[in-house]
Amino acid sequence: MEEAAADPTIDLMVDGNAIAGALEMAFSGDVTVVPGRCAHCGAINAIGAMHAYVRGPGAVLRCPSCDGVVLRVVETTDATYVDLRGAAYLRFERS
Amino acid sequence: MVARSIEWQLATVAAVRDETPTVRTCTLSIPGWAGHRPGQHLDLRLTAEDGYSVERSYSIASEPERSAEIDITVERIADGEVSPFLHDIVMPGDRLEVRGPIGGYFVWEASLEGPLFLVAGGSGVVPLMAMLRHRAAARSTSPTRLLFSSRRPDEIIYRDELDRLADRSDGLEVAYTLTRLQPPDWMGYRRRIDDRMLAEVIEPLGTTARSYICGPTALVETAANALVRLGLPVDRIRTERFGPTGT
Repeated sequence: MEEAAADPTIDLMVDGNAIAGALEMAFSGDVTVVPGRCAHCGAINAIGAMHAYVRGPGAVLRCPSCDGVVLRVVETTDATYVDLRGAAYLRFERS
Repeated sequence: MVARSIEWQLATVAAVRDETPTVRTCTLSIPGWAGHRPGQHLDLRLTAEDGYSVERSYSIASEPERSAEIDITVERIADGEVSPFLHDIVMPGDRLEVRGPIGGYFVWEASLEGPLFLVAGGSGVVPLMAMLRHRAAARSTSPTRLLFSSRRPDEIIYRDELDRLADRSDGLEVAYTLTRLQPPDWMGYRRRIDDRMLAEVIEPLGTTARSYICGPTALVETAANALVRLGLPVDRIRTERFGPTGT
């Protein structure tokens, strides 16, 4: 508990599951299981496992390894913007 | 990835049931609901007359085998924007906008064989309850442990049902910990989840167990980091963080 209590912002952190609905509308399918490679450090994590901060004007997904921004998501009245510059790639498996 | 489109649709509240003084289950009837997988959630949207809208996500508590209606179990957050409405205002017959089911990452199905380790803090037990209800309906006998942290005895959500599920002797055992208040005859743990507690509860399952951890972010971080230290492979640990605790 001590490790978490030392950082007061930890409580505000959620994960990619928290914005799964918005992302599903954008990608026309569930992306929480989609792995993404962090453009900063190379770590690969499922979007559902990425750390998310959702209380600002948009949502930010951060790499669990290096804390770098991997995705930004902003919803306006008629569109959803997904900024993927922090991702080297997203891997969509074909069945 | 399954390609499809989820849209907002209207659900009718079929029933409400209080689980604890601050936690309520709403049973929703949703025409055209396509079914769900244990662990998924739905998004709920409230829109005021002036157009102001707010959305929240709620884990589906019921098992997919119960398909005509679905349950969401909601903790009342004192200064929340949606939960007080669901607790204080909503009645059977009311209609709510929902979309879902959502999520494929935090999902367990009985077809995933092997030991199952579930860690819940407070209302984080809700998606895990869907998994356990599904597990019972599927007649699974996979070795399973739930470690469930609550603050006080009257706040243990689903207590009676969990005890009944554990009494089936089908491989499930439930360990409780109460962090703020314990009754005099309490036989469970009496502290916040830590490495030693996790090691004791998971010991019979071994390090091949699939783990699902859900609840306040601090608890999820503590438990996930501890499981990694205990030697569980990272790709067998799945997490769903609810954010700050309600109080």
